Amino acid sequence: MDTAVRPKASLKLMIVDDSNIIRRRIERSQQIARLEVVGAASNGRAAVEMFLRTQPDVVTMDLTMPEMDGIECVEELIAINSNVLILVVSALADKATAVEAIEKGANGFLCKPFTDRQLNDALEELLSEA
Amino acid sequence: MFKEAEIRTFIEGTTNYFETSAQQSATVGSPYLVTDGKPGAYEYTGVIGITGARKGVVYFTAPRGMLTVLLMRMQETDTSDENIKDLVGEVANTISGNARRDFGKNFVISVPVVIAHDLDKVTTPHSRSFVIPINWRTHSAKLVVCLE
Repeated sequence: MDTAVRPKASLKLMIVDDSNIIRRRIERSQQIARLEVVGAASNGRAAVEMFLRTQPDVVTMDLTMPEMDGIECVEELIAINSNVLILVVSALADKATAVEAIEKGANGFLCKPFTDRQLNDALEELLSEA
Repeated sequence: MFKEAEIRTFIEGTTNYFETSAQQSATVGSPYLVTDGKPGAYEYTGVIGITGARKGVVYFTAPRGMLTVLLMRMQETDTSDENIKDLVGEVANTISGNARRDFGKNFVISVPVVIAHDLDKVTTPHSRSFVIPINWRTHSAKLVVCLE
């Protein structure tokens, strides 16, 4: 049974980004012991399907993506499960975009490019809300 | 018309990208204006279309050698052509997206279009472009900004 394999406190992480190297970078660089990566998606539409299948607790979300962008995807994920924690990881550095993402239901915003430390600090801060 | 002073935004975005992603600074040469519609390209180019308040393109173009080392500095072991193309698009996307800090939300960026191994396909919509020369380690690259 899944819960018997994972530590009790572990949380499932899904990574959403249209860049393969960013998806791999986040998976490789995140050092939060409680987080277990359960999937990665390259656009918003694929992310919604994967979200329904894997039911992650935490999501990192790019914004500029083909098919369905990150803002629309945040809205869809929140509609499915309002308890999910979403960290937006995007190059869009204007304040209005960050505010819009938070208003739609995201819990944090990390601007690209980022260091490993910035990624882990942002995830720790996100999880402090859990 | 693109203001020369606005080029500072893209210079800062470029240097920040290398400092943060590669943990190794790049130096930027003096930006120059190209008026013949041929700012030039290297083997791999990531093109971002700009719409909204400004219109045009921003592209980052670099040789394979530079992109391979950049991937390795990011602890990426897969230096396949697919990942090289992914990286050149991601660099262009990141620098263009960061420009919204100064230009605002109406500086709308597209997803990257990557052109590889075909320099003639790299074109600009207007004859005037600013070129920012980038030097990193032993490699050279360019950021080209072509905006109305």
